[in-house]
Amino acid sequence: MKILYHFGRYLNLLLKVFKQPEKRAVYRRQFMIEIDNLGYASAGIVAIISVFMGAVLTIQMAFNIDSPLVPLYTIGFATRQSIVLEFAPTIISLILCGKVGSRIASEIGTMRVTEQIDALEVMGINSASFLILPKIMAAMFVFPFLIMMSMVLGVAGGWFAGTTTGLISSYGYVYGIQSFFHMYDIWYALTKTVVFAFIITSVSAYHGYYTKGGALEVGNASTSGVVYSSIAIIFANLILTQLLLA
Amino acid sequence: MIEGINITKRFGDRIVLENVTVRFDKGKTNLIIGQSGMGKTVLLKCLVGLFDFEQGEVFYDNRLFSKMSFTEKKSIRKEIGMLFQGGALFDSMTAEQNVMFPLTMFTTMLPDEKRDRANFCLSRVNLENVNDMLPSELSGGMKKRVAIARAIALNPQYLFCDEPNSGLDPQTANLIDELIKEITLEYDITTVVVTHDMNSVLEIGQKVYFIYKGKLWWEGDRDNILHTVNPELKAFVFNSELTRRLKPV
Repeated sequence: MKILYHFGRYLNLLLKVFKQPEKRAVYRRQFMIEIDNLGYASAGIVAIISVFMGAVLTIQMAFNIDSPLVPLYTIGFATRQSIVLEFAPTIISLILCGKVGSRIASEIGTMRVTEQIDALEVMGINSASFLILPKIMAAMFVFPFLIMMSMVLGVAGGWFAGTTTGLISSYGYVYGIQSFFHMYDIWYALTKTVVFAFIITSVSAYHGYYTKGGALEVGNASTSGVVYSSIAIIFANLILTQLLLA
Repeated sequence: MIEGINITKRFGDRIVLENVTVRFDKGKTNLIIGQSGMGKTVLLKCLVGLFDFEQGEVFYDNRLFSKMSFTEKKSIRKEIGMLFQGGALFDSMTAEQNVMFPLTMFTTMLPDEKRDRANFCLSRVNLENVNDMLPSELSGGMKKRVAIARAIALNPQYLFCDEPNSGLDPQTANLIDELIKEITLEYDITTVVVTHDMNSVLEIGQKVYFIYKGKLWWEGDRDNILHTVNPELKAFVFNSELTRRLKPV
């Protein structure tokens, strides 16, 4: 019953969020600020994780391919497929969920407990729309760029690890990452990313928006935002994979 | 004039306000007083529409506010200024941006016009050289004054203040009281102040409502509050040595 209560309240919040914005110019400015806060500020951590993720994947692939019947370029191919299909869109989204989700939940939660949201409401401003809509739109816009960057850096990290450790030649790796390439795989990954961006921002914002109490509750809201959006991402990943790849 | 008629508010099974009827006059500072946890702030939030309530009606100059839709309420909300207990300034904005915010949202003023208006409002609350400071860099009293400046930016018809003196030293608290009184007279607005500070009651209490256990227990003004025979109000008013010395014999 509690799940249904929260789901209903979440849908109600989304209805409020997607109501006609009051002053588009202000929303546009907020959208640009959120691109900076949610996207640009996350680029560093995404880059570092992607490079090392690609490097580790390549080394693991190389150690698992011990049959002489399997060509070495399979390392490049398997690394690319793993990164494009799963590691970049899902794992990076889970990491962004921790970074961006906790930020959103604690920011909105603090605004709630310090009555800043009440101040917006008293002024006659749709606080849900004003605070959450620019975050959702910015994340849905900027996360695909982060994931594309992650794909490129992950594959590059794999090349660096493979060639410097002597596990595979540069030519073999590059041949592998070019083999059996389907553009649809990229669209599949980016579609997942957009859905995950929506989940991260809206679920975290929901937990922040309905925070009650003080600092402790803001911390709890932040944790709940990350936990529930992570779970929602995993479920959505399964459903989207079944829908888009099956 | 603001009227709240027979307001009843529950949180779950607990009745927080029971059939409270209040009338706040224009051009006066109207006070809601009482101990902590008696329902003062809940009443204020019911009046401004932050809380829905089970029973009762709220009128703003004979306009039935409580039954209006969110969109209909907007026109009245633009006439409301509110000072929250902690100031409720937007953390990410400077003092000037905080004051300019309602102007940005609800007017078509040019940036320079908005800046001029913000500077006027800040100087009206005796604040200078704080324009570029963030709320985290302001003292408690300064935050309250910036919040008052934001509340008056759109020339409101109604001003609500939730415990404007809490956490302030007596001199700063007095300064805030003076400001509220001056602004009420200057703009001829309806001001409602929630407080449990007896100094404020004696300074600005032109009309006073005493809330006790969620019910309207007493109404009067700062002159007759000291002569009350109501035992609960007497206990509230004369609870400190200072007020006991004021007690008429």
